[in-house]
Amino acid sequence: MKVMAQMSMVMNLDKCIGCHTCSVTCKQAWTNRSGVEYVWFNNVETRPGVGYPRGHEDQEKWGGGWVRTKGGRLKLRSGGRLKKLATIFSNPKLPSIHDYYEPWTYDYDMLLNAPAGEHTPVAKPKSLLTGEDMKISWSANWDDNLGGSRETMQDDPILKHMSEHVAAEFEDTFMFYLPRICEHCLNPSCVASCPSGAMYKRVEDGIVLVDQDACRGWRMCVSGCPYKKVYFNHKTGKAEKCTLCYPRLEVGLPTVCSETCVGRLRYLGLVLYDADRVAAAATIEDETKLLDAQRSVFLDPHDPAVVEAARDAGIAEDWIDAARRSPIWKLINDYKVALPLHPEYRTMPMVWYIPPLSPVVDVVADSGADGEDARTLFAAIDRLRIPMEYLAGLFTAGDVPAVAGSLRKLAAMRSHMRNINLGEEQDPSIAASVEMTGTEIEEMYRLLAIAKYEERYVIPTAHTEEARELEELACSLDYDGGPGMGGAGPFGSSSGQQVPVAVENFHALKNRQTADRPSTPGRVNLLNWDGNGSPDGLFPPKEDG
Amino acid sequence: MNGDAITILLWVALPYAAFATFVVGHVWRYRYDKFGWTTRSSQVYENRLLRWGSPMFHLGILFVIAGHFVGLIIPREWLYAIGISEEIYHIGATVLGMAAAVLTIAGLAILIYRRRTVGPVFLATTVMDKVMYVFLGATIAFGTAATVMYQVFGPGYEYRGTIGPWFRSLIGLQPQPELMVDAPLAFQLHVLTATLLFALWPFTRLVHVFSAPIGYLFRPYIVYRSRDDQRSNRKPRRGWEPITQPDPKKLTKL
Ligand code: HEM
Ligand code: SF4
Ligand code: SF4
Repeated sequence: MKVMAQMSMVMNLDKCIGCHTCSVTCKQAWTNRSGVEYVWFNNVETRPGVGYPRGHEDQEKWGGGWVRTKGGRLKLRSGGRLKKLATIFSNPKLPSIHDYYEPWTYDYDMLLNAPAGEHTPVAKPKSLLTGEDMKISWSANWDDNLGGSRETMQDDPILKHMSEHVAAEFEDTFMFYLPRICEHCLNPSCVASCPSGAMYKRVEDGIVLVDQDACRGWRMCVSGCPYKKVYFNHKTGKAEKCTLCYPRLEVGLPTVCSETCVGRLRYLGLVLYDADRVAAAATIEDETKLLDAQRSVFLDPHDPAVVEAARDAGIAEDWIDAARRSPIWKLINDYKVALPLHPEYRTMPMVWYIPPLSPVVDVVADSGADGEDARTLFAAIDRLRIPMEYLAGLFTAGDVPAVAGSLRKLAAMRSHMRNINLGEEQDPSIAASVEMTGTEIEEMYRLLAIAKYEERYVIPTAHTEEARELEELACSLDYDGGPGMGGAGPFGSSSGQQVPVAVENFHALKNRQTADRPSTPGRVNLLNWDGNGSPDGLFPPKEDG
Repeated sequence: MNGDAITILLWVALPYAAFATFVVGHVWRYRYDKFGWTTRSSQVYENRLLRWGSPMFHLGILFVIAGHFVGLIIPREWLYAIGISEEIYHIGATVLGMAAAVLTIAGLAILIYRRRTVGPVFLATTVMDKVMYVFLGATIAFGTAATVMYQVFGPGYEYRGTIGPWFRSLIGLQPQPELMVDAPLAFQLHVLTATLLFALWPFTRLVHVFSAPIGYLFRPYIVYRSRDDQRSNRKPRRGWEPITQPDPKKLTKL
């Protein structure tokens, strides 16, 4: 047994209102730079829908993730080492930027500088790739709220796998939002695809990162990830991906997407797992068994033998304690309501989801029946074939009973809590029908519905025996005006010496505030201004005279 | 300046200077600009042309490099010894060389055409890219011209009697510049542009050649790293060293 700790996330989809706050705050924090304009480490998709990048779940086309060979071994779907090197000069599976979308800005200057005339000036969209006028025809969430979905919905890879007649009636049936970040997989195919070995999984917390100094731009990770969560920065020529906000986690703060989530639906915590068993679990033949196989890799932090092994593996006491209090462990293992996204990719993803019950409740309520009655809800779950199959296509490799099991627990919770809230007589058979006790259901309710901040996020701080902050300070002193400061170095964008994060941010901010050719040269572009301080050019020059 | 000085300048000083720049440049670039060390792939912008151009060019140029190795580094006597006569070598080198050249040139033409005509790719082209393409293109053009003029249609020029030994004489630190003096102009130009290209090499995207990921074949698929490895490898300035356990011996000295 080799115990490792993994920082993981669970999202409760019932509470997602599709507001995209998580995407926007993530973008502000991480991808608000040129080269990654089209990149959303966190994106929110309306499902059914084609997602971002378009149709990314179609692995026949994109070749992401692993497959099991006939001989019972794992193989990268788009080919092993030799194939990767043979196709390195042009990656046959690389999505083009247009599969995400062509990034654009607007010619805002027109609004200020257009000569007086008959017509109101308009700000035309300008491509950020070519600088030319462009017609906006796709974006990261073009089919938001099923808008325009009649044209594109048939391209949803999950729907394609279901029977054809389904797509047509789907729109009337149900819709939900799926926020997606990097899964920080236990068996990451992005890492396995990287020819330089620049991508790695952190030993301490399992976060998957790209070493920006070691990345050589072979762009194999982009196609290797089945979730399409490694992106190519087209300015620096290096891969970038969700970092699970590790600088925040290290000091005990939740990720930006979690912290700002309006629905308060994200949970963060540790899971202990047995690294020695990951490969075997990922190789199970029957795809629908992958969910159980992955669960079996996790280790019970309450088991003294596991704790002993964890200590031997050098996991600190406060981390073991955090693993015991982890909301993730409870949702995945105790209540068994959370499910992984696309376990059939065999990467052992570590961002899990509680599937949405609301579509079922909506159907029941619309039909005039009691949407909080356990038996009615159970019957509806069994009857609503289409949504069940769809959810199973996302979360359980097509295994409908597994999704139904999760939803029945949510239904039981709804019904049980209604009785309590209305002061009605409790019906122990409701909890029993999902193999839980009333107390357990109430605890689950507390975690899911009350969702206290301290219970949602159980994040042990990193062990920094050495003073890292000071190191950073030391560097920034001798950096002023050093090489690589602000903008393009001699060898293309952002070349030059590595810059401490703080200095980089400072310059990025300064650049951004003065970028985009404001109407008067030297003036701050207010649309990019972050509201801090008063940079030069914030106010018009004083008129002398 | 007399002829001798020019000979020494072109065929001794320049190659050594270029070589020094090449080596020192790479070390410098690796130390100070690891972040800029990349292919700067432009495939996400455009794939239709790149899909053909890049593999053609790269396969071609790798063959060309292998060919140069055989032609310049390996003395002809060694090849004679294993039964490769002048005749066989000449035919082989010319036929294979031309095939590789056609691939390389066609690929390069596609790549340069793509660089110029595809909007986003053109905008992402740096000054160094352009300079690099001029010297790369010139080297390949002169090399091909020399081969076509002398080997294919001409009388055949025995560069393994002049250029090869000259090159090895540089390596052996016993430079014999006189060997180059009578080489045909096309060959001289090819050698000169190549020399300049090598001097430019570390400052262009061509550095990617030296990170060809051979290690990928031998490492385990999943890479684990500790976050401690991530610390900056810059030496902290005096007074800013990270906090460590105090040395008890120092305490007693107080
Ligand atoms: C040894 C193994 C090599 C590998 C694995 C390799 C790989 C690559 C890759 C992945 C790209 C980026 C293509 C893209 O997606 O845009 C590239 C570009 C390029 N390589 Fe190489 N390369 C190698 C050797 C060479 C050599 C020997 C040369 C020339 C002397 C060369 C010259 C170039 C040039 C000029 C480009 C830019 C193409 C463009 O215009 O976009 N490469 N290489
Ligand atoms: S989801 Fe994240 S960890 Fe998993 S393969 Fe993709 S990029 Fe790698
Ligand atoms: S912020 Fe929360 S509620 Fe809003 S879209 Fe993101 S996950 Fe959903």
